[in-house]
Amino acid sequence: MILRADGVRKSYGQFCALDGVSLTIGRGEFVSIIGPNGAGKSTLINVLTGVLRPDAGTVRFKDRDITGIGPVRLARLGMARSFQLVQIFPDLTVLETLQAAVVSRLGRGTRLFASLARDRQVEEGALEVAELFRLADKRHTPSRQLPQGDKKLLDVASAFALRPQIILLDEPTSGVSTADKTTIMEILVSAGQRIGLQAIIQVEHDMDIVFGYSDRIIALHQGKVLADATPAAIQADAHVVDTVIGRKTTRPGAPR
Amino acid sequence: MTGRLVLATALAGVLVVPLVAPAYHVLLMLPFMAYGVALLGLNLLFGYTGLVSFGHALFLGIGAYTGAFLTHRFGVRSLEVIVVTAAVLGALVAAPVAALCVRYVKIYFGMLTLAFGMVFYTFVLKFYRLTGGDEGTPYLRPSLLGFALDGIPKTDYLTGPYYYYSLAVLILASAVMWRVVHSPFGLCLKTIRDNPAKAETLGIGVRRYRWYAFMISAVYASVGGALLGAPIGNVDPTLAYWTHSGNIVFMTLLGGFASFFGPILGAFVFIYLEDFLKSLAPSSWRLIFGALLAAIVIFAPGGLMGLFRRARPLEASRA
Repeated sequence: MILRADGVRKSYGQFCALDGVSLTIGRGEFVSIIGPNGAGKSTLINVLTGVLRPDAGTVRFKDRDITGIGPVRLARLGMARSFQLVQIFPDLTVLETLQAAVVSRLGRGTRLFASLARDRQVEEGALEVAELFRLADKRHTPSRQLPQGDKKLLDVASAFALRPQIILLDEPTSGVSTADKTTIMEILVSAGQRIGLQAIIQVEHDMDIVFGYSDRIIALHQGKVLADATPAAIQADAHVVDTVIGRKTTRPGAPR
Repeated sequence: MTGRLVLATALAGVLVVPLVAPAYHVLLMLPFMAYGVALLGLNLLFGYTGLVSFGHALFLGIGAYTGAFLTHRFGVRSLEVIVVTAAVLGALVAAPVAALCVRYVKIYFGMLTLAFGMVFYTFVLKFYRLTGGDEGTPYLRPSLLGFALDGIPKTDYLTGPYYYYSLAVLILASAVMWRVVHSPFGLCLKTIRDNPAKAETLGIGVRRYRWYAFMISAVYASVGGALLGAPIGNVDPTLAYWTHSGNIVFMTLLGGFASFFGPILGAFVFIYLEDFLKSLAPSSWRLIFGALLAAIVIFAPGGLMGLFRRARPLEASRA
């Protein structure tokens, strides 16, 4: 087990976003968190990544309490994340973006007088990830000029360049065309294997993606864990399907 | 390639200026070079880290007053000692100021730097006994590399040894800053400029890096201030006034903050344009200057450098 949350509660004023959520993520798992809008998915991700401090409960990563630890130290510990809205460095090229992540991983950010261009280890580390994410041809393109799908890939790629043990992806395929979604997921899974990623957690709305790639699905509803089971078991649970998924997977092709 | 050619030509030009140009114009080059040093620092904060300081006259002031105190009060005339002391004092003052300022961004950062600048201005204005108030403190002619140089006429001193000394400092400061912005550290600053939240998720401690950038920029501005004060010969509080902070931000915008040499070009154009406009329209030159700034912001947000190289991919492809 690599990540564990116990009895996490978080309220915003009167509204209870998370009402005692417990979960565990084991090594080698691909876990999807699903749930309707307002179920507490984003809050959960923010608690799991130490951005938000829960009102009660703990989050432990590799047996270390990471409650409210903040993004910088979390990245050092080996947990990376990407955001629902794509986050890039508009004026930096693809290569520079990945180099920044490698510089951070190697702890070379305070090298004031060293030449970045001559740092082979940083460049090779960046290029390796660029290849994995099929961005090597565009390595000198400024990020803002990339098509949307590539921006999304670059965002995730820079998180991978940290060589984390676990990665949390907030809707990795949102805002991307259906054709690109599968490509992104294929790249993601194979890149994860290549860099030795131990677990992937994603929040995702696209049920084809969720059921196609997850080892396990955690369904949230009104701040509680409604179900935590394999895709097959989730699909067989009529209650979960009704409250969380809707009709989409039970009647494929039906108009939403 | 063309960039190097332009740089070499500019350098050659600057080297021969004292030999060919009238003394008046050579003297105008002195503040240009002093500002050049300060602007390299300011732009590390502005162009590379994304923080606009309206208080850097504070550090110009620290540098200039350091020179004045050392030469006038303590009998220390060595410019090397002055420059190093200015850098150390600038860093000492900047450490707490930066720690407070980098907690904020955008206009709040700018306003806080402005506030610290005003505090310093009021301090030097009001502590008459220490600073001479609005009359200022004399900045006696500094010795260069151990040579007293008191015997030669002032203009010869300034257009000769002092000119080349300033140029050497500017070149050295540029070379060091060039390394800094092309280092892994420089890359981290650029990530913070572009997207601080994303930088944090990559494990880059945004406040810490902003603090480093502020410190470096303060040291540069202090050294620039030490160079700026000597040719004037007297250091008064106007050096530390907020309009002076505004001027150096103007220079940066004029030249273009997106480019390494932009601010230095901005300082050059600013100084000669100011001189030209003052003689052309002694009463209304500020009006023309203001209109020019507005025009730059609206029509050429990349500054003069932005106009010169619309085709930017060059830089990107070399990265």
